[in-house]
Amino acid sequence: MSDLTVQPPFFRRPGTQLALRYLIAIVITLFFVFPVYWLFIISLKTPDEIFAFPPVWYPKSIQFANFGVLFKDGDAVTVWNSLVLAGVSTVIAMVLGTMCAYSLVRFKTGGENLAVWIISQRMMPPIAIVFPIFLLYVFFGWVDSYHGLIILYTAFSLPYVIWMMRGYIEDIPLELEESALVDGCTRWEVLWKVVFPMVRSGLFATAVFTFIFAWNDFLFSLVLTRTEVITYTVQVTHYFGGQSNFWAKIAAMSVLGTIPVFITVATLQRYLVRGISMGAVKG
Amino acid sequence: MSQSATSAMVDANGVPTPPNVALAGVPPDRFFKYWLIAPAILLLLLVGIFPLIYSLVVSFQQITMMEVDTSFAGLVNYAQLFKDKRLWEALLHTGIITVIALPLELVLGLLMAQLFLERMPGRQIFVSLLVLPTVISPIVAGATWRLMFDNRYGPINQIIGWFAGEPTTLLWTVSPNLVYPAIFICEVWQWTPFMFLILLAALSNVDKSLTEAAEIDGAGYWRTFFKIVLPAIWPVMAIAILIRGLDLVRIFDVIWALTSGGPGTKTETISIYTYVQGFQQFETSYTAAIAFLVIAILTVIVVWAIRRMGLAK
Repeated sequence: MSDLTVQPPFFRRPGTQLALRYLIAIVITLFFVFPVYWLFIISLKTPDEIFAFPPVWYPKSIQFANFGVLFKDGDAVTVWNSLVLAGVSTVIAMVLGTMCAYSLVRFKTGGENLAVWIISQRMMPPIAIVFPIFLLYVFFGWVDSYHGLIILYTAFSLPYVIWMMRGYIEDIPLELEESALVDGCTRWEVLWKVVFPMVRSGLFATAVFTFIFAWNDFLFSLVLTRTEVITYTVQVTHYFGGQSNFWAKIAAMSVLGTIPVFITVATLQRYLVRGISMGAVKG
Repeated sequence: MSQSATSAMVDANGVPTPPNVALAGVPPDRFFKYWLIAPAILLLLLVGIFPLIYSLVVSFQQITMMEVDTSFAGLVNYAQLFKDKRLWEALLHTGIITVIALPLELVLGLLMAQLFLERMPGRQIFVSLLVLPTVISPIVAGATWRLMFDNRYGPINQIIGWFAGEPTTLLWTVSPNLVYPAIFICEVWQWTPFMFLILLAALSNVDKSLTEAAEIDGAGYWRTFFKIVLPAIWPVMAIAILIRGLDLVRIFDVIWALTSGGPGTKTETISIYTYVQGFQQFETSYTAAIAFLVIAILTVIVVWAIRRMGLAK
Protein backbone atom coordinates (compact mmCIF):
# COMPACT_ATOMS: atom_id res chain seq x y z
CA MET A 1 0.00 0.00 0.00
CA SER A 2 2.71 2.40 0.95
CA ASP A 3 3.98 2.31 -2.62
CA LEU A 4 0.76 3.94 -3.72
CA THR A 5 0.76 6.82 -1.21
CA VAL A 6 2.22 10.02 -2.50
CA GLN A 7 5.81 10.43 -1.39
CA PRO A 8 6.85 13.92 -0.29
CA PRO A 9 9.27 15.65 -2.67
CA PHE A 10 12.83 14.35 -2.49
CA PHE A 11 14.20 17.19 -0.35
CA ARG A 12 11.34 16.98 2.19
CA ARG A 13 11.83 13.30 2.97
CA PRO A 14 13.15 12.67 6.50
CA GLY A 15 15.90 10.41 5.16
CA THR A 16 17.14 13.03 2.74
CA GLN A 17 17.01 15.72 5.37
CA LEU A 18 19.03 13.71 7.84
CA ALA A 19 21.59 12.90 5.15
CA LEU A 20 21.83 16.58 4.27
CA ARG A 21 22.28 17.52 7.89
CA TYR A 22 25.08 15.00 8.22
CA LEU A 23 26.75 16.38 5.12
CA ILE A 24 26.62 19.97 6.39
CA ALA A 25 27.71 18.83 9.85
CA ILE A 26 30.75 17.06 8.41
CA VAL A 27 31.78 20.07 6.32
CA ILE A 28 31.45 22.40 9.32
CA THR A 29 33.34 20.04 11.59
CA LEU A 30 36.14 19.76 9.02
CA PHE A 31 36.52 23.55 9.03
CA PHE A 32 36.78 23.64 12.82
CA VAL A 33 39.00 20.61 13.23
CA PHE A 34 41.37 21.00 10.30
CA PRO A 35 43.52 23.79 11.83
CA VAL A 36 43.96 21.68 14.96
CA TYR A 37 44.94 18.74 12.76
CA TRP A 38 47.37 20.96 10.86
CA LEU A 39 49.02 22.20 14.06
CA PHE A 40 49.47 18.68 15.39
CA ILE A 41 50.71 17.36 12.06
CA ILE A 42 53.33 20.09 11.68
CA SER A 43 54.71 19.16 15.08
CA LEU A 44 55.26 15.62 13.77
CA LYS A 45 56.77 16.55 10.41
CA THR A 46 60.39 16.71 9.37
CA PRO A 47 61.72 20.14 8.31
CA ASP A 48 61.61 19.00 4.68
CA GLU A 49 57.94 18.18 4.97
CA ILE A 50 57.11 21.42 6.79
CA PHE A 51 58.72 23.54 4.11
CA ALA A 52 57.49 21.53 1.18
CA PHE A 53 55.68 23.12 -1.71
CA PRO A 54 52.96 22.16 -2.34
CA PRO A 55 52.21 21.38 1.34
CA VAL A 56 52.37 17.82 2.60
CA TRP A 57 48.91 16.92 3.91
CA TYR A 58 50.03 14.09 6.15
CA PRO A 59 53.55 13.11 7.25
CA LYS A 60 55.09 10.02 5.69
CA SER A 61 56.30 8.89 9.08
CA ILE A 62 55.58 10.01 12.62
CA GLN A 63 58.65 11.38 14.39
CA PHE A 64 58.91 13.19 17.69
CA ALA A 65 62.21 14.98 17.08
CA ASN A 66 60.53 18.39 17.29
CA PHE A 67 59.45 17.65 20.85
CA GLY A 68 62.85 16.17 21.70
CA VAL A 69 64.50 19.47 20.77
CA LEU A 70 62.23 21.38 23.15
CA PHE A 71 63.18 19.13 26.04
CA LYS A 72 66.87 19.18 25.17
CA ASP A 73 66.97 23.00 24.94
CA GLY A 74 65.08 23.27 28.20
CA ASP A 75 62.25 25.23 26.52
CA ALA A 76 59.78 22.62 27.66
CA VAL A 77 60.22 23.88 31.21
CA THR A 78 57.85 26.69 30.28
CA VAL A 79 55.04 24.14 30.24
CA TRP A 80 55.99 23.24 33.81
CA ASN A 81 55.87 26.95 34.71
CA SER A 82 52.38 27.21 33.28
CA LEU A 83 51.39 24.16 35.30
CA VAL A 84 52.71 25.56 38.58
CA LEU A 85 51.22 29.03 38.05
CA ALA A 86 47.82 27.83 36.87
CA GLY A 87 47.66 24.97 39.39
CA VAL A 88 48.58 26.91 42.53
CA SER A 89 46.48 29.94 41.64
CA THR A 90 43.49 27.70 40.91
CA VAL A 91 43.67 25.99 44.30
CA ILE A 92 43.92 29.31 46.17
CA ALA A 93 41.17 30.91 44.10
CA MET A 94 38.86 27.93 44.69
CA VAL A 95 39.21 28.06 48.47
CA LEU A 96 38.95 31.85 48.83
CA GLY A 97 36.27 32.13 46.15
CA THR A 98 34.04 29.45 47.61
CA MET A 99 34.27 31.04 51.07
CA CYS A 100 33.27 34.37 49.60
CA ALA A 101 30.46 32.86 47.53
CA TYR A 102 29.10 31.10 50.61
CA SER A 103 28.99 34.39 52.48
CA LEU A 104 27.24 36.11 49.56
CA VAL A 105 24.62 33.37 49.29
CA ARG A 106 23.88 32.57 52.94
CA PHE A 107 24.27 35.97 54.56
CA LYS A 108 23.62 38.26 51.57
CA THR A 109 26.87 40.00 52.50
CA GLY A 110 27.17 43.34 50.74
CA GLY A 111 23.87 42.82 48.97
CA GLU A 112 23.48 43.04 45.23
CA ASN A 113 26.00 45.87 44.90
CA LEU A 114 28.90 43.73 46.06
CA ALA A 115 27.86 40.91 43.72
CA VAL A 116 27.70 43.30 40.75
CA TRP A 117 31.07 44.77 41.65
CA ILE A 118 32.68 41.34 41.90
CA ILE A 119 31.40 40.10 38.56
CA SER A 120 32.26 43.39 36.89
CA GLN A 121 35.90 42.76 37.84
CA ARG A 122 35.79 39.76 35.55
CA MET A 123 35.14 42.09 32.66
CA MET A 124 38.05 44.46 33.28
CA PRO A 125 40.54 44.72 30.43
CA PRO A 126 43.70 42.81 31.40
CA ILE A 127 45.94 45.35 29.67
CA ALA A 128 44.62 48.21 31.83
CA ILE A 129 45.12 46.11 34.97
CA VAL A 130 48.52 44.72 34.13
CA PHE A 131 50.17 48.06 33.51
CA PRO A 132 49.73 49.48 37.05
CA ILE A 133 50.39 46.00 38.45
CA PHE A 134 53.66 45.92 36.52
CA LEU A 135 54.75 49.24 38.05
CA LEU A 136 53.80 47.91 41.49
CA TYR A 137 55.70 44.67 40.95
CA VAL A 138 58.79 46.54 39.77
CA PHE A 139 58.64 48.46 43.04
CA PHE A 140 58.33 45.23 45.08
CA GLY A 141 60.80 43.29 42.95
CA TRP A 142 58.11 40.76 42.08
CA VAL A 143 58.56 40.78 38.30
CA ASP A 144 59.51 37.34 36.97
CA SER A 145 58.53 35.58 40.19
CA TYR A 146 56.09 32.73 40.76
CA HIS A 147 54.28 34.41 43.63
CA GLY A 148 53.76 37.64 41.68
CA LEU A 149 51.94 35.88 38.87
CA ILE A 150 50.13 33.50 41.21
CA ILE A 151 48.68 36.44 43.14
CA LEU A 152 47.56 38.09 39.93
CA TYR A 153 46.07 34.92 38.45
CA THR A 154 44.28 34.20 41.71
CA ALA A 155 42.83 37.69 41.90
CA PHE A 156 41.80 37.59 38.27
CA SER A 157 40.15 34.17 38.66
CA LEU A 158 38.21 35.05 41.80
CA PRO A 159 35.20 36.74 40.18
CA TYR A 160 34.63 33.69 38.01
CA VAL A 161 35.00 31.27 40.93
CA ILE A 162 32.73 33.34 43.17
CA TRP A 163 30.17 33.65 40.43
CA MET A 164 30.11 29.95 39.59
CA MET A 165 30.20 28.73 43.18
CA ARG A 166 27.35 31.06 44.09
CA GLY A 167 25.17 29.08 41.70
CA TYR A 168 26.24 25.72 43.10
CA ILE A 169 25.89 26.79 46.75
CA GLU A 170 22.36 28.06 46.13
CA ASP A 171 21.42 24.49 45.25
CA ILE A 172 22.38 23.11 48.68
CA PRO A 173 19.36 22.51 50.91
CA LEU A 174 19.50 24.78 53.95
CA GLU A 175 18.27 21.99 56.24
CA LEU A 176 21.57 20.13 55.97
CA GLU A 177 23.50 23.08 57.31
CA GLU A 178 20.92 23.75 59.99
CA SER A 179 21.02 20.22 61.31
CA ALA A 180 24.82 20.35 61.36
CA LEU A 181 24.58 23.50 63.47
CA VAL A 182 22.10 21.82 65.76
CA ASP A 183 24.50 18.90 66.13
CA GLY A 184 27.04 21.33 67.53
CA CYS A 185 29.24 22.16 64.56
CA THR A 186 30.75 25.63 64.44
CA ARG A 187 30.07 27.66 61.34
CA TRP A 188 33.58 26.98 60.02
CA GLU A 189 32.99 23.28 60.50
CA VAL A 190 29.70 23.56 58.63
CA LEU A 191 31.57 25.19 55.77
CA TRP A 192 34.33 22.54 55.60
CA LYS A 193 32.30 19.46 56.51
CA VAL A 194 28.94 20.17 54.87
CA VAL A 195 29.21 22.86 52.21
CA PHE A 196 32.49 21.87 50.55
CA PRO A 197 31.56 18.18 50.20
CA MET A 198 28.10 19.11 48.89
CA VAL A 199 29.48 21.28 46.10
CA ARG A 200 32.26 18.87 45.22
CA SER A 201 31.29 18.42 41.58
CA GLY A 202 30.78 22.16 41.20
CA LEU A 203 34.19 22.80 42.72
CA PHE A 204 35.74 20.34 40.35
CA ALA A 205 34.08 21.78 37.24
CA THR A 206 34.81 25.37 38.20
CA ALA A 207 38.42 24.55 39.05
CA VAL A 208 39.01 23.07 35.62
CA PHE A 209 37.88 26.21 33.85
CA THR A 210 39.76 28.44 36.25
CA PHE A 211 42.81 26.36 35.49
CA ILE A 212 42.31 26.59 31.73
CA PHE A 213 41.90 30.38 31.83
CA ALA A 214 45.18 30.77 33.72
CA TRP A 215 46.86 28.10 31.60
CA ASN A 216 45.87 29.91 28.40
CA ASP A 217 46.86 33.36 29.64
CA PHE A 218 49.34 35.27 27.55
CA LEU A 219 49.27 38.97 28.40
CA PHE A 220 49.98 38.73 32.14
CA SER A 221 52.94 36.44 31.68
CA LEU A 222 54.21 38.45 28.70
CA VAL A 223 54.39 41.57 30.86
CA LEU A 224 55.37 40.08 34.21
CA THR A 225 57.97 37.47 33.30
CA ARG A 226 61.48 37.79 31.92
CA THR A 227 63.41 34.53 31.97
CA GLU A 228 62.63 32.44 35.03
CA VAL A 229 58.87 31.84 34.99
CA ILE A 230 58.02 32.24 31.29
CA THR A 231 54.85 30.34 30.40
CA TYR A 232 54.41 28.19 27.33
CA THR A 233 52.23 30.82 25.60
CA VAL A 234 55.00 33.39 25.81
CA GLN A 235 57.54 30.80 24.69
CA VAL A 236 55.48 30.12 21.55
CA THR A 237 55.77 33.77 20.53
CA HIS A 238 59.52 33.72 21.08
CA TYR A 239 59.78 31.51 17.99
CA PHE A 240 58.09 34.08 15.77
CA GLY A 241 60.16 36.47 13.81
CA GLY A 242 60.80 37.72 10.32
CA GLN A 243 61.95 35.15 7.83
CA SER A 244 63.33 32.65 10.31
CA ASN A 245 60.13 31.27 11.77
CA PHE A 246 60.81 28.14 13.75
CA TRP A 247 57.67 26.40 12.57
CA ALA A 248 58.48 23.06 14.08
CA LYS A 249 59.08 24.64 17.49
CA ILE A 250 55.97 26.81 17.29
CA ALA A 251 53.86 23.77 16.51
CA ALA A 252 55.50 21.42 19.01
CA MET A 253 55.32 23.93 21.87
CA SER A 254 51.68 24.72 21.03
CA VAL A 255 50.84 21.04 21.03
CA LEU A 256 52.55 20.52 24.39
CA GLY A 257 50.39 23.31 25.80
CA THR A 258 47.21 22.14 24.12
CA ILE A 259 47.16 18.42 24.89
CA PRO A 260 46.51 18.87 28.63
CA VAL A 261 43.56 21.15 27.85
CA PHE A 262 42.08 18.67 25.38
CA ILE A 263 42.39 15.82 27.86
CA THR A 264 40.70 17.73 30.68
CA VAL A 265 37.90 18.97 28.44
CA ALA A 266 37.32 15.49 27.06
CA THR A 267 36.75 14.16 30.57
CA LEU A 268 34.49 17.05 31.43
CA GLN A 269 31.99 17.24 28.61
CA ARG A 270 28.97 17.50 30.88
CA TYR A 271 30.27 20.52 32.81
CA LEU A 272 31.42 22.33 29.72
CA VAL A 273 28.42 24.48 28.88
CA ARG A 274 27.77 25.64 32.42
CA GLY A 275 31.46 26.40 32.77
CA ILE A 276 31.94 28.55 29.68
CA SER A 277 28.59 30.33 29.97
CA MET A 278 29.50 31.49 33.48
CA GLY A 279 26.58 29.53 34.86
CA ALA A 280 23.98 31.01 32.51
CA VAL A 281 23.11 27.50 31.36
CA LYS A 282 22.65 25.07 34.22
CA GLY A 283 23.92 21.69 33.10
CA MET B 1 47.47 35.93 57.43
CA SER B 2 43.93 34.90 56.74
CA GLN B 3 44.82 31.47 58.02
CA SER B 4 45.58 32.70 61.53
CA ALA B 5 42.45 34.82 61.47
CA THR B 6 40.53 31.70 60.57
CA SER B 7 41.70 29.63 63.49
CA ALA B 8 41.16 32.54 65.85
CA MET B 9 37.54 32.65 64.80
CA VAL B 10 37.10 28.97 65.37
CA ASP B 11 38.57 29.24 68.86
CA ALA B 12 36.38 32.20 69.69
CA ASN B 13 33.38 30.23 68.56
CA GLY B 14 34.29 26.97 70.19
CA VAL B 15 30.99 27.19 72.06
CA PRO B 16 28.42 25.14 70.12
CA THR B 17 25.87 27.21 68.32
CA PRO B 18 22.57 27.13 70.22
CA PRO B 19 19.91 25.00 68.52
CA ASN B 20 17.00 26.47 66.60
CA VAL B 21 18.90 29.48 65.35
CA ALA B 22 17.82 30.16 61.78
CA LEU B 23 20.88 29.95 59.57
CA ALA B 24 19.93 32.86 57.34
CA GLY B 25 18.80 34.94 60.28
CA VAL B 26 21.05 37.05 62.45
CA PRO B 27 24.10 34.84 62.82
CA PRO B 28 25.32 34.29 66.36
CA ASP B 29 28.88 35.05 65.24
CA ARG B 30 28.53 38.45 63.69
CA PHE B 31 31.84 38.72 61.91
CA PHE B 32 31.83 35.26 60.36
CA LYS B 33 30.41 36.47 57.07
CA TYR B 34 33.07 39.16 56.82
CA TRP B 35 35.92 36.78 57.60
CA LEU B 36 34.65 34.68 54.71
CA ILE B 37 34.85 37.44 52.14
CA ALA B 38 37.88 39.32 53.51
CA PRO B 39 40.70 37.49 51.68
CA ALA B 40 38.87 37.41 48.36
CA ILE B 41 37.93 41.07 48.59
CA LEU B 42 41.50 42.06 49.46
CA LEU B 43 42.79 40.31 46.36
CA LEU B 44 40.02 41.79 44.24
CA LEU B 45 40.96 45.25 45.42
CA LEU B 46 44.42 44.57 44.01
CA VAL B 47 43.04 44.09 40.49
CA GLY B 48 39.85 46.10 40.89
CA ILE B 49 40.63 49.30 42.72
CA PHE B 50 44.41 49.60 42.90
CA PRO B 51 44.97 49.86 39.11
CA LEU B 52 42.27 52.50 38.88
CA ILE B 53 43.72 54.70 41.61
CA TYR B 54 47.33 54.14 40.61
CA SER B 55 46.61 54.89 36.94
CA LEU B 56 44.82 58.03 37.99
CA VAL B 57 47.74 59.25 40.11
CA VAL B 58 50.44 58.42 37.56
CA SER B 59 48.40 59.91 34.73
CA PHE B 60 48.64 63.33 36.40
CA GLN B 61 52.44 63.11 36.42
CA GLN B 62 54.97 63.13 33.62
CA ILE B 63 56.90 59.90 33.75
CA THR B 64 58.53 58.90 30.48
CA MET B 65 61.45 56.73 29.53
CA MET B 66 63.72 59.80 29.68
CA GLU B 67 62.72 61.35 32.97
CA VAL B 68 60.74 60.61 36.10
CA ASP B 69 58.84 63.77 36.87
CA THR B 70 56.33 63.05 39.60
CA SER B 71 55.18 66.63 40.10
CA PHE B 72 51.55 67.38 39.39
CA ALA B 73 51.20 67.95 35.67
CA GLY B 74 47.49 68.55 35.46
CA LEU B 75 45.59 67.24 32.50
CA VAL B 76 48.50 67.22 30.05
CA ASN B 77 48.20 63.50 29.39
CA TYR B 78 44.44 63.62 29.02
CA ALA B 79 44.70 66.51 26.59
CA GLN B 80 47.09 64.38 24.57
CA LEU B 81 44.51 61.58 24.40
CA PHE B 82 42.31 63.74 22.23
CA LYS B 83 45.13 64.68 19.88
CA ASP B 84 46.44 61.13 19.54
CA LYS B 85 45.33 59.96 16.10
CA ARG B 86 46.80 56.49 16.60
CA LEU B 87 44.74 56.00 19.76
CA TRP B 88 41.50 56.81 17.97
CA GLU B 89 42.44 54.54 15.12
CA ALA B 90 43.10 51.77 17.61
CA LEU B 91 39.66 52.36 19.13
CA LEU B 92 38.18 52.26 15.63
CA HIS B 93 39.95 48.98 14.80
CA THR B 94 38.69 47.48 18.06
CA GLY B 95 35.19 48.66 17.22
CA ILE B 96 35.32 47.22 13.69
CA ILE B 97 36.53 43.84 14.92
CA THR B 98 33.85 43.69 17.62
CA VAL B 99 30.98 44.87 15.44
CA ILE B 100 31.76 42.40 12.65
CA ALA B 101 33.03 39.35 14.53
CA LEU B 102 30.34 39.31 17.23
CA PRO B 103 27.27 39.08 14.94
CA LEU B 104 29.12 36.59 12.73
CA GLU B 105 29.84 34.31 15.68
CA LEU B 106 26.32 34.71 17.01
CA VAL B 107 24.50 33.98 13.75
CA LEU B 108 26.81 31.13 12.72
CA GLY B 109 26.60 29.67 16.22
CA LEU B 110 22.82 29.87 16.13
CA LEU B 111 22.63 28.22 12.71
CA MET B 112 24.92 25.43 13.85
CA ALA B 113 22.85 24.97 16.99
CA GLN B 114 19.71 24.65 14.83
CA LEU B 115 21.46 22.08 12.69
CA PHE B 116 22.33 19.89 15.65
CA LEU B 117 19.14 20.54 17.62
CA GLU B 118 17.03 17.73 16.20
CA ARG B 119 17.79 14.11 16.92
CA MET B 120 20.93 13.04 15.16
CA PRO B 121 22.81 9.83 15.96
CA GLY B 122 26.44 10.55 16.74
CA ARG B 123 25.76 14.17 17.59
CA GLN B 124 27.97 14.01 20.67
CA ILE B 125 31.00 13.16 18.54
CA PHE B 126 30.49 16.24 16.40
CA VAL B 127 29.98 18.44 19.46
CA SER B 128 33.13 17.11 21.13
CA LEU B 129 35.19 17.90 18.03
CA LEU B 130 33.62 21.33 17.55
CA VAL B 131 34.57 22.33 21.09
CA LEU B 132 38.31 22.06 20.46
CA PRO B 133 38.98 25.56 19.06
CA THR B 134 37.29 27.27 21.99
CA VAL B 135 39.46 25.71 24.70
CA ILE B 136 42.75 26.31 22.89
CA SER B 137 44.79 29.24 24.11
CA PRO B 138 44.12 32.30 21.89
CA ILE B 139 47.86 32.67 21.39
CA VAL B 140 48.03 29.12 20.05
CA ALA B 141 44.98 29.77 17.88
CA GLY B 142 46.71 32.81 16.41
CA ALA B 143 49.93 30.86 15.89
CA THR B 144 48.03 28.03 14.22
CA TRP B 145 46.34 30.35 11.75
CA ARG B 146 49.65 32.08 11.12
CA LEU B 147 50.91 28.71 9.90
CA MET B 148 47.66 28.08 8.03
CA PHE B 149 47.80 31.44 6.25
CA ASP B 150 51.43 31.23 5.18
CA ASN B 151 51.56 32.38 1.59
CA ARG B 152 53.74 29.50 0.37
CA TYR B 153 53.69 26.59 2.81
CA GLY B 154 50.24 27.12 4.30
CA PRO B 155 47.25 25.03 3.24
CA ILE B 156 44.82 27.96 2.80
CA ASN B 157 46.39 29.30 -0.37
CA GLN B 158 46.80 25.77 -1.62
CA ILE B 159 43.09 25.05 -1.24
CA ILE B 160 42.13 28.37 -2.83
CA GLY B 161 44.50 27.46 -5.65
CA TRP B 162 42.55 24.25 -6.32
CA PHE B 163 39.37 26.23 -6.81
CA ALA B 164 41.04 29.04 -8.70
CA GLY B 165 42.80 26.55 -10.94
CA GLU B 166 46.13 28.32 -10.58
CA PRO B 167 48.71 28.67 -7.79
CA THR B 168 47.71 31.34 -5.29
CA THR B 169 50.12 33.28 -3.09
CA LEU B 170 47.90 35.63 -1.11
CA LEU B 171 49.74 37.43 1.69
CA TRP B 172 47.00 37.01 4.28
CA THR B 173 48.64 38.53 7.35
CA VAL B 174 50.61 41.21 5.51
CA SER B 175 48.33 42.58 2.81
CA PRO B 176 46.18 45.50 4.07
CA ASN B 177 43.12 44.15 2.26
CA LEU B 178 43.36 40.62 3.57
CA VAL B 179 44.52 41.12 7.13
CA TYR B 180 41.06 41.85 8.53
CA PRO B 181 39.44 38.86 6.82
CA ALA B 182 42.29 36.78 8.25
CA ILE B 183 41.54 38.06 11.76
CA PHE B 184 37.81 37.44 11.31
CA ILE B 185 38.37 33.91 10.08
CA CYS B 186 40.57 33.14 13.08
CA GLU B 187 38.16 34.79 15.52
CA VAL B 188 35.11 33.12 14.05
CA TRP B 189 36.90 29.79 13.99
CA GLN B 190 37.81 30.01 17.65
CA TRP B 191 34.62 31.45 19.14
CA THR B 192 31.69 30.32 16.98
CA PRO B 193 31.82 26.96 18.79
CA PHE B 194 31.48 28.88 22.06
CA MET B 195 28.25 30.50 20.86
CA PHE B 196 27.15 27.20 19.35
CA LEU B 197 27.56 25.23 22.58
CA ILE B 198 25.71 27.75 24.71
CA LEU B 199 22.92 28.29 22.20
CA LEU B 200 22.51 24.56 21.61
CA ALA B 201 21.99 24.07 25.34
CA ALA B 202 19.60 27.01 25.48
CA LEU B 203 17.59 25.79 22.49
CA SER B 204 17.39 22.29 23.94
CA ASN B 205 15.79 23.75 27.05
CA VAL B 206 13.00 25.51 25.15
CA ASP B 207 9.66 23.94 26.01
CA LYS B 208 8.68 21.81 22.99
CA SER B 209 4.95 22.06 23.78
CA LEU B 210 5.08 25.84 23.25
CA THR B 211 6.59 25.65 19.78
CA GLU B 212 4.29 22.78 18.80
CA ALA B 213 1.25 24.71 20.00
CA ALA B 214 2.33 27.70 17.92
CA GLU B 215 2.70 25.52 14.85
CA ILE B 216 -0.76 24.03 15.36
CA ASP B 217 -2.11 27.57 15.60
CA GLY B 218 -0.65 28.15 12.16
CA ALA B 219 2.40 30.21 13.00
CA GLY B 220 5.19 29.80 10.46
CA TYR B 221 8.77 28.85 11.24
CA TRP B 222 10.08 32.40 11.51
CA ARG B 223 7.12 33.64 13.49
CA THR B 224 7.52 30.80 15.95
CA PHE B 225 11.23 31.54 16.18
CA PHE B 226 10.90 35.25 16.87
CA LYS B 227 7.81 35.08 19.09
CA ILE B 228 8.57 31.99 21.15
CA VAL B 229 12.07 30.58 20.74
CA LEU B 230 14.03 33.82 20.78
CA PRO B 231 12.40 35.23 23.94
CA ALA B 232 12.95 31.87 25.63
CA ILE B 233 16.67 31.72 24.86
CA TRP B 234 17.31 35.47 25.20
CA PRO B 235 18.53 35.48 28.83
CA VAL B 236 21.24 32.96 27.97
CA MET B 237 21.98 34.53 24.61
CA ALA B 238 22.42 37.94 26.24
CA ILE B 239 25.06 36.59 28.58
CA ALA B 240 26.88 34.89 25.72
CA ILE B 241 26.85 38.18 23.80
CA LEU B 242 28.11 40.05 26.86
CA ILE B 243 30.96 37.61 27.48
CA ARG B 244 32.06 37.56 23.85
CA GLY B 245 31.52 41.28 23.32
CA LEU B 246 33.77 42.18 26.22
CA ASP B 247 36.38 39.64 25.13
CA LEU B 248 36.42 41.25 21.69
CA VAL B 249 36.76 44.76 23.07
CA ARG B 250 39.80 43.55 25.03
CA ILE B 251 41.22 41.49 22.16
CA PHE B 252 45.00 41.11 22.32
CA ASP B 253 46.40 37.59 22.07
CA VAL B 254 45.05 36.46 18.72
CA ILE B 255 46.07 39.63 16.93
CA TRP B 256 49.44 39.64 18.65
CA ALA B 257 50.15 36.16 17.33
CA LEU B 258 48.63 36.71 13.90
CA THR B 259 49.71 40.22 12.86
CA SER B 260 51.22 41.96 15.92
CA GLY B 261 49.05 44.93 14.95
CA GLY B 262 50.51 45.15 11.47
CA PRO B 263 50.92 45.83 8.66
CA GLY B 264 52.11 49.10 10.19
CA THR B 265 49.41 49.90 12.71
CA LYS B 266 46.56 48.70 10.50
CA THR B 267 45.24 46.12 12.97
CA GLU B 268 46.36 47.74 16.20
CA THR B 269 43.60 47.39 18.81
CA ILE B 270 43.30 49.43 21.98
CA SER B 271 44.92 46.68 24.05
CA ILE B 272 47.86 46.38 21.67
CA TYR B 273 48.29 50.14 21.48
CA THR B 274 48.30 50.39 25.26
CA TYR B 275 50.93 47.65 25.39
CA VAL B 276 53.11 49.40 22.82
CA GLN B 277 52.90 52.72 24.65
CA GLY B 278 53.61 51.20 28.04
CA PHE B 279 56.12 48.46 27.36
CA GLN B 280 57.82 49.47 24.12
CA GLN B 281 57.74 53.28 24.19
CA PHE B 282 57.79 53.42 28.02
CA GLU B 283 55.44 56.39 28.11
CA THR B 284 54.43 55.54 31.66
CA SER B 285 52.21 58.47 32.49
CA TYR B 286 50.53 58.59 29.14
CA THR B 287 49.85 54.85 29.25
CA ALA B 288 48.33 55.31 32.69
CA ALA B 289 45.98 57.89 31.21
CA ILE B 290 44.96 55.45 28.46
CA ALA B 291 44.52 52.65 31.01
CA PHE B 292 42.36 54.87 33.16
CA LEU B 293 40.25 55.86 30.18
CA VAL B 294 39.77 52.22 29.17
CA ILE B 295 38.91 51.08 32.70
CA ALA B 296 36.48 53.96 33.19
CA ILE B 297 34.66 53.38 29.91
CA LEU B 298 34.42 49.62 30.42
CA THR B 299 33.32 49.90 34.05
CA VAL B 300 30.37 52.04 33.03
CA ILE B 301 29.40 49.69 30.19
CA VAL B 302 29.82 46.54 32.26
CA VAL B 303 27.91 47.71 35.33
CA TRP B 304 25.14 49.04 33.12
CA ALA B 305 24.93 45.80 31.15
CA ILE B 306 24.98 43.59 34.23
CA ARG B 307 22.22 45.54 35.93
CA ARG B 308 20.24 45.80 32.73
CA MET B 309 20.31 42.07 32.24
CA GLY B 310 19.54 41.34 35.85
CA LEU B 311 22.67 39.19 35.98
CA ALA B 312 23.27 39.87 39.64
CA LYS B 313 20.02 38.35 40.83
